[in-house]
Amino acid sequence: MENVVNHSSNTKPTPSSSPSGGPKGGFFSLKNQDKLHLTAIKSLAVFVIGLLITLLILLLKQAWPAVTEFGVEFITSDWWNPVEDQFGGLSFIVGTVLTSIIAIIIAAPVSIGVALLMTEVLPERAGKTIGLFVEMIAAIPSIVFGLWGLFYLAPFVRETLTPIIKSTLGFIPFFNGPSFGIGVLTASLILAIMIIPTITSLCREVFRSVPTLQREAALGLGSTRWEMIRLAVIKPSFSGIMGGIVLGLGRALGETMAVAMVIGNQPEIPKSIFSSAATMASVIANEYAEADSDLHVSALCLVGILLFGVTLIANAIARLIVWNYNRKQQG
Amino acid sequence: MKLFSLILGLLLSLTSTHAAINVNGAGASFPYPIYSKWFAEYEKSNKEVRFNYQAIGSGGGIRQLLKQTVDFGASDAPMKDKDMKKAAWPIHHIPTVLGAVAISYNVKGLDAGLKLDGTTLANMFMGKITKWNDAAIKKLNPNMSLPNKDILVVRRADGSGTTAVLSDYLSTVSSDFQKKMGRGKSLRWPTGIGAKGNDGVTNMIKQTDGAVGYIELAYAVKNNLSTVALKNKAGEFVAPSTDGVSRSAATLKDFNGDLRVSIVDAAGSGVYPISAFTYILLPVDSKNKKLVEVKKFLRWALSTGQDMAEELHYAPLPKKLVKALEGKIQ
Repeated sequence: MENVVNHSSNTKPTPSSSPSGGPKGGFFSLKNQDKLHLTAIKSLAVFVIGLLITLLILLLKQAWPAVTEFGVEFITSDWWNPVEDQFGGLSFIVGTVLTSIIAIIIAAPVSIGVALLMTEVLPERAGKTIGLFVEMIAAIPSIVFGLWGLFYLAPFVRETLTPIIKSTLGFIPFFNGPSFGIGVLTASLILAIMIIPTITSLCREVFRSVPTLQREAALGLGSTRWEMIRLAVIKPSFSGIMGGIVLGLGRALGETMAVAMVIGNQPEIPKSIFSSAATMASVIANEYAEADSDLHVSALCLVGILLFGVTLIANAIARLIVWNYNRKQQG
Repeated sequence: MKLFSLILGLLLSLTSTHAAINVNGAGASFPYPIYSKWFAEYEKSNKEVRFNYQAIGSGGGIRQLLKQTVDFGASDAPMKDKDMKKAAWPIHHIPTVLGAVAISYNVKGLDAGLKLDGTTLANMFMGKITKWNDAAIKKLNPNMSLPNKDILVVRRADGSGTTAVLSDYLSTVSSDFQKKMGRGKSLRWPTGIGAKGNDGVTNMIKQTDGAVGYIELAYAVKNNLSTVALKNKAGEFVAPSTDGVSRSAATLKDFNGDLRVSIVDAAGSGVYPISAFTYILLPVDSKNKKLVEVKKFLRWALSTGQDMAEELHYAPLPKKLVKALEGKIQ
């Protein structure tokens, strides 16, 4: 939006300063250029929104048989049995939300730390080099992450990470249970690695936009470097950090291939962090191609709509947090 | 302008030299390796035809065929009557080759040559037998030292014809399995982990001690995995092989009837019990001229093509069946 405003305010004065500038009255006359520009931008924006709405309508149409057949039970039941044409999607919702939240819990502190290191601690050139490497992680295709997870991360989780977690947090039932290296934990770790570049890049930009004056003021008041970072950098950047986390969460919720390869694909609510589960995106990818019955296809489309809903709700919650925080700061 | 017409002319001449009949097909991924070899070999001697086969899965193949976006379909599991009725024309099921589903395992301290029967296997897959030294397994392998280890069932996560064949076999031999799990391309598994594709299951078995899973024979052979010798109806323990699979097809009684039949757990000596046809779905539609080419190709595949099956670990069709099919395709 900012761009549009800037652009029109830049071009508007031109006709008055040089009235005989372009061809008069033609289709591309200077007067018309602004209008054309605006129409073009407007229609592109409408196109994107229209695309989203059409997509939703089509999806809903496909999912309608499942909606009428199962109703609310689709969200409250975890019984997914293609042989009997019985479908309930609760286990997928739990799987998606759980893996994404664990991924955020792991990725957010790491990303904020790396971003702080790049902007506040390291000299500029070194920071930029590290930034380059972090951004390169974002360029790796998710299938490669999936293969890496299957061949290296899964055995690592089974043989190294599981004993450590079990011996420290094992007294909580959720952190205890049989581990085959494939499951919620491995999927969450893969997701965390995949979303670190997104959150890091955003945090870095946010931290950079903090005025140097503010840092100097904090130091001038006698704060240590850590106090300066906490008071002058992190605190005013809160909404920006949340924005980065929401973007990362969005990617984690929708990630398909890498998760499908390492989560174990068991349509059950996971009993522990080590057990197999399934996510909404992974079940669609797994079962759509060979779905025989119409109801099966329809149920998968309904899972797609639910995924959309979950993403929307996650965004809304994040906005609420930011809004609440800003109000508190002001009030 | 001159340049433009020159380019246009060039393009036209290019397309005219390649004026081939394009035949489109879609369906099962299981026979894709042999089909693509067949198409390549066939096109060498029949330059006027181009086959374009998309391995999008059996279910997708059937859907595309019903929507008439492809000329022929391909499927591991035969079409259901319900789907057949949706089609605008009758559809012939033409078996092309046979495949076997191998039960592979990886247990440290357990040698190759484990013997199992259908009921025991069904109980393992249903999570009723959870240890490798269970009494039922011990009884079938009195001379083997079985470790006290947990069984990890590895299965397909994606819908698959391989799962359909396995569940067909287990439902045939175990009424319990039929009641609780049933037959299908995706099942509700009570235990184990799901991996994607044959290669995913293969890899999971390879890296996990105590794992057992089902994969296509070719994957077990190529990866040197131990396979289970299964007890057939005749009471023999047979390891999976293309020969054992061809034998189970030879036991068919009626070669001229509806070939949408299951050949799992067939009677006869040397039969490997988890075998199945893979089909090309041929619509009977006189308006589609391309089907003549498909039929020509099928006749070639059933004669010359059969010799290429074994090197790719598919089992060739029995001779009697080929003869009956040649009549059907006319």
